[in-house]
Amino acid sequence: MRSYLDFEKSVAELEAKVDELKAMGANGGGVELSDDIARLEDKARLALAELYKSLTPWQRAQVARHPQRPHALDFIHGLITEFTPLAGDRAFSEDEAIVGGLGRFRGEPVCVVGQEKGSDTASRLKHNFGMARPEGYRKAIRLMELADRFGLPVLSFIDTAGAYPGIDAEERGQAQAIAASTETCLSLGVPMIALVVGEGGSGGAIAIATANRVLMMEHAIYSVISPEGAASILWRDAAKAQDAATNMKITAPDLLRLGVIDAIVKEPPGGAHRDPAAAVAAAGEAIEEWLKSFAGMDPAAIRQARTEKFLAIGRSL
Amino acid sequence: MNWISDVVPPRIKTLFKRETPENLWIKCPDTGQMVFHKDVEANAWVIPGSEHHLSVSSTRRLKLMFDEQTWLDVALPQTPDDPLKFRDSKRYSDRLKEARAKTGLQDAFKIGFGRVEGQPMVIAVQDVEFITGSLGASAGEAFIKGAQTALEKRAPYVVFAAGGGARMQEGILSLMQMPRTTIAVRMLRDARLPYIVVLTNPTTGGITASYAMLGDVHLAEPGALIGFAGPRVIEQTIREKLPEGFQRSEYLRDHGMVDMVVHRRDMKATVARLGRLMMKQPLPETEAA
Repeated sequence: MRSYLDFEKSVAELEAKVDELKAMGANGGGVELSDDIARLEDKARLALAELYKSLTPWQRAQVARHPQRPHALDFIHGLITEFTPLAGDRAFSEDEAIVGGLGRFRGEPVCVVGQEKGSDTASRLKHNFGMARPEGYRKAIRLMELADRFGLPVLSFIDTAGAYPGIDAEERGQAQAIAASTETCLSLGVPMIALVVGEGGSGGAIAIATANRVLMMEHAIYSVISPEGAASILWRDAAKAQDAATNMKITAPDLLRLGVIDAIVKEPPGGAHRDPAAAVAAAGEAIEEWLKSFAGMDPAAIRQARTEKFLAIGRSL
Repeated sequence: MNWISDVVPPRIKTLFKRETPENLWIKCPDTGQMVFHKDVEANAWVIPGSEHHLSVSSTRRLKLMFDEQTWLDVALPQTPDDPLKFRDSKRYSDRLKEARAKTGLQDAFKIGFGRVEGQPMVIAVQDVEFITGSLGASAGEAFIKGAQTALEKRAPYVVFAAGGGARMQEGILSLMQMPRTTIAVRMLRDARLPYIVVLTNPTTGGITASYAMLGDVHLAEPGALIGFAGPRVIEQTIREKLPEGFQRSEYLRDHGMVDMVVHRRDMKATVARLGRLMMKQPLPETEAA
């Protein structure tokens, strides 16, 4: 079952008709029907392409949070062979909001980390909807330091509404954990590539996104606060989320223009959820290309390049 | 209007006004007790009796810290105003104008270089009067400039952190100040220069989740609200009341995030002592004998 977003209503109706006709055909329809089906399918495809050509920032936020959108583990399973998950922060507990481990990308050993939102009720609960607690960030720190020790590039997959806001998280130093994770990213002598796959939510995202190259899926969003949060704080009206989404500049094209990200990974027509395998493959191409540019660079130069990249952000606007 | 405002000529009226400033008496936010303004000023803006620490402006803070209340202002870099042309219920450019008029500051940071018990130090203060002390590109650049000044002068960097978090009106560019300020902290680490953070009321969000939690030593003023998520957000998420004292300085000390909670009257001596110990400096002459 495909789930449709509100603004996809016109496409949903066309595709429902196609399904209806197909069902009729299966029940002994004739040749004329297949013509109708093909015509309607074309129409639906065009409508979808038209719709996705000019998504508003708020619509993109809906796509970025689509329940069927490929999440971090889909990218990891699609791109990493011999994936060997590692667990725990060695201090308090395991936090499955952040997944990570070792594996091979294009045959070469790498370390991966990412926020996993989960794809059904059970896995969403297990991964706490991708909202990490301090132990999640401390696990990321542990994995990144391990990668640094063994000279393995780090790939990170960003997809979180934000770090978990709870009593236990505060008690164990959520702020300190995020700050320390960002600092660890900056200390790495190995190349780090981050891909914002869905939602890049504030400090919870930057903690594992302070990378040499930051890539973004075409319909992902990346922002300092969720549009809903900004609306309720700045406009004192949660219904103003659409305005907040537009004003905050949260889309991939806007962030590329602002120099915050380095490249956009194209998504299949109608968004990554319509063809997850194609979206994951496109991401793999982009990661490979950017990773190549660091071949042969020594650790100090890699670290220096990352530092200069972030210092330059906003200085030439 | 009473009879005197009609009778007394305007010039004398202003004279009368000056003699009775509105803030002659200050009400303690904790106890409601009325305290004489001069007594509060003499007590480093702490209410005598309740010991409630009032917010102090960045200038007053620097006066409390530097010897002879004297320092050199560190010139802060200019950054583009309102890069996103942001507008919520008000234009961001107007908010900036108002904040500048109100505080006399360019943005949320004021930074000074001077002596603290004789030892040269760079002190950066975040002023909550400037759009809640929030962290945008200008504040980020200021923080970095302060660290660079400390590097040039081979002096400790002391930061009085405060603020609600990232400045939302600058969108993603405010989020980018988290890694950017962290780079500055790393420069100090590489140079083996002390980086002392003093957490003041309130410090939350992206400020706590970057430079404010990366100090060599973390001090906090009593009763300051310090955390990542704001109390309201947490209450809405977990739908229960928060425990008494949650996210206050003493709570953070008890949970291992802050080294000590320091009364404002002891702050200068504490910072000076830490600076001397980390920089391997002798005791000041008056005490050495």
